[in-house]
Amino acid sequence: MGLESALGEGYLTTQLDALVGWARKNSLWPMPMGLSCCAIELMSAGDPRHDISRFGMEVMRFSPRQSDVMIVAGTVTYKMAHVVRKIYDQMAEPRWVIAMGACASSGGMFRSYSVVQGIDQFMPVDVFTAGCPPRPENLFHALIELQKKVQNSSVLDYRDRKEPMFIS
Amino acid sequence: MNDLQQSLVDSLRERFGDSVEEVREFRDDVIVVVTRQAVVDVATWLRDNEHCPFPLCEDVFGIDAWTRKQRFEVNYHFFSLQCKQRIHLKVRLEESDPAVPSITGVYPGANWYERETFDMYGITFPGHPDLRRAYMPEDFEYYPLRKDFPLMGIPGSLPLPKRG
Ligand code: SF4
Repeated sequence: MGLESALGEGYLTTQLDALVGWARKNSLWPMPMGLSCCAIELMSAGDPRHDISRFGMEVMRFSPRQSDVMIVAGTVTYKMAHVVRKIYDQMAEPRWVIAMGACASSGGMFRSYSVVQGIDQFMPVDVFTAGCPPRPENLFHALIELQKKVQNSSVLDYRDRKEPMFIS
Repeated sequence: MNDLQQSLVDSLRERFGDSVEEVREFRDDVIVVVTRQAVVDVATWLRDNEHCPFPLCEDVFGIDAWTRKQRFEVNYHFFSLQCKQRIHLKVRLEESDPAVPSITGVYPGANWYERETFDMYGITFPGHPDLRRAYMPEDFEYYPLRKDFPLMGIPGSLPLPKRG
């Protein structure tokens, strides 16, 4: 409706990549992989004050089949890593991953035998977010950077990933 | 030691004789070191005695003293709701045979505490109904809270999924 009124009788030319990227980036549905304290900050990112829905990302899906971006929020132990990976594998492509917080990015303060020192050891990561925990604003920064990446990736070859991004 | 504690210790000594190896006091709490053969009987008596019953098993955990001759130790904490009193039991174990009879028959709540102690120290509890690992994966071969276990673990002992 909005589009017709803006264009009138006219028409629009664009690239398929740009159009699909635009649609994808504004409808990223997150899979909240909340594993510990960072998940609380992820929840507060969804509250009315911070309002994650401004980015088209408010539809937290608890089924991996319906989600596009996994937000790994928390401490991933070796025992849990298999579960995280299994859920990631169940997500339909195209899919992206945000490592939220120091724990998911690097093991954080848990430098010990039971905690995986960075989830990039067992799954690809698009954006690493610093903070313990990151403020919601920091998570949004990561989401916006991810949106830029989604916009710029090719439809056919979205997996042609560039280096992951680091948000601090 | 207050009167109540003194009378408890006296009754324990009288009843269990040489099984009570040592009695200590630390910050107003009484610590009783007993032999492992006696631990179930002592726990039963503490739970059921009429003078000051201890119906609550607050915690069970292990200690690796490493340099001591009797390397391992299992600690029990009991609390008496009626008398507002705590008592601590300790059992010392040789490294070659770290096993204590399970007290789950007396305090069912000790079930997971004993599992945790087994998981972290490799101390076994004969008589436990389901002595599996509590935190670590079932097929893990080491006991992480032993002093000779490296902080960062044994490389390769905990497999990760392939990155792919
Ligand atoms: S980074 Fe900090 S806040 Fe986040 S899960 Fe780890 S310890 Fe908790």
